[in-house]
Amino acid sequence: MEKRVFFEHRLTPYLLVAAQLAITLIFFIWPAAQAFYQSTITQDAFGLSTTFVGLANFERLFSDSLYLHSIEITLVFSALVAASSLSIALLLAAMADRVIRGSSVYKTLLIWPYALAPAISGVLWLLLFNPTIGIIAYALRQVGYSWNNFLSGTDAMILIVAAATWKQVSYNFLFFLAGLQFIPRSLIEAAAIDGASPFKRFWTIVFPLLSPTTFFLVVVNLVYAFFDTFGLVHTTTAGGPAHATEILVYKVYRDGFVGLDVGGSAAQSVVLMAIVVLLTAIQFRYVERKVVY
Amino acid sequence: MVEHRPWLTFIAHAVLIFGAFILAFPLWVAFVASTQSAVSFNQIPMSLLPGGHFIENYSAVLTRGVASAGAVPVVTMLMNSLIMAMMIAVGKIAISLLSAYAIVYFRFPFRKTIFWLIFITLMLPVEVRILPTYGVVASLGMLNSYAGLSIPLIASATATFLFRQYFLTVPEELLEAARLDGAGPWRFFRDILIPLSRTNIAALFVILFIYGWNQYLWPLLVTTDPNYYTIVMGIQRMVTVADATPQWQLVMATVILALLPPVIVVVGMQRLFIRGLVEIEK
Repeated sequence: MEKRVFFEHRLTPYLLVAAQLAITLIFFIWPAAQAFYQSTITQDAFGLSTTFVGLANFERLFSDSLYLHSIEITLVFSALVAASSLSIALLLAAMADRVIRGSSVYKTLLIWPYALAPAISGVLWLLLFNPTIGIIAYALRQVGYSWNNFLSGTDAMILIVAAATWKQVSYNFLFFLAGLQFIPRSLIEAAAIDGASPFKRFWTIVFPLLSPTTFFLVVVNLVYAFFDTFGLVHTTTAGGPAHATEILVYKVYRDGFVGLDVGGSAAQSVVLMAIVVLLTAIQFRYVERKVVY
Repeated sequence: MVEHRPWLTFIAHAVLIFGAFILAFPLWVAFVASTQSAVSFNQIPMSLLPGGHFIENYSAVLTRGVASAGAVPVVTMLMNSLIMAMMIAVGKIAISLLSAYAIVYFRFPFRKTIFWLIFITLMLPVEVRILPTYGVVASLGMLNSYAGLSIPLIASATATFLFRQYFLTVPEELLEAARLDGAGPWRFFRDILIPLSRTNIAALFVILFIYGWNQYLWPLLVTTDPNYYTIVMGIQRMVTVADATPQWQLVMATVILALLPPVIVVVGMQRLFIRGLVEIEK
């Protein structure tokens, strides 16, 4: 869709886009191009000389067991966060769609965590799970599980999954609720008249009709778990213990800023860019087309 | 509701109340912790009822900060966060309005190219180009400054698309009428397009303010001077103290102060917030 009527000025449009374009080129395109360039070089220990090494950084990356481990950790983490926050949100949204009395109060009570930064959510859960003073750690001790997120990799992973999920439920809830309210009532009424129980109606009518929303949310949640959880990991586990929670965005920061491995970090950046491009492409290709039932 | 099933409605309420409780629980514990004295954390498990040190803890962090975190008063960090969030929200909206206007209402060479360049920024979050972006900002001398904190983040594909979508729905008769009356591009933009976009601007502002306030990695990279710490990233320095237990009552007081502004914005402007969220993601 294009406008049929427009202004004929020659210079004005360039002035209008100048600021956006300048920032895009200087802070987005140029650094991204540099990441590509840096991923093909190595520097000596003092950063004085650089050598072109082709794809050697990538070869090194993919033969590094720590990096492969990081990919695995990221996949586990993202899958757990997406699955748990989507199912909890769907349950809450289905219930909220049913109630009439107090629905706006419930909505308010369920959406506020969206406002929190992942780093803040991490600190809240860090206190709850603190091995000495945390309430949840205490409760777990009472039932015979000795919780320690500083020593056990599994415990640390559960901690970041819980914190990431807790924050994301609100977002998913809002979209599921909007999706549910979009489903024509007549369909559900027709099924009810035919004697389908609420449970059956949900799985055979409502859930399939929600698939565009669900699909969109899966992609958004994966992006969230992949890229937005840096602060959460940094404030809580710092990738530890023993790399057990070192997800990809944390590793690229650590290798680049703390390890000062320019080539390795740049190669990781390029891999991450490929992941974003892939996820964005999936989102645009399938969400635009809508899911066919 | 389709049919009358009281027990199902009862379950729905029960699940929602339980869900709201689970979501609120960490916040309650944080608030309780922020009102305790330092010694009360020796008691295990920690109390679930507020203690009597509310004023003491909050005034301590607000005015003096936490020693292990460089003793920046939380007031300073709140101000920094506010400035950064406002600059990002206003900046993103301003440059996106302008570029969407150019793309929709003008025909010029490279229009498509510029559109795609802006689109590409969607795929380049800070997280994936950390080191080189830091390099650019450092070489421009923008470390430890409000400009460095905000300007690199104000390019926005989503906001530009949102305004573009919206401008495309504005009736063409408006432009024809304005041109007949002799209005130039600036006049049409200022007197017609901006007032029409008011609701969209407000909705977007809510979302972008939260986005700016909650930035973490970027302030962590570009600030080394404690006077430029933002509150969300400043908390990290209070939690990870070498060889010591964090002072939980002060950390949690800071956490509550850090989360209050965005939560107030979301709850207080709920309608705008939901509208903004759904519009952006469409």
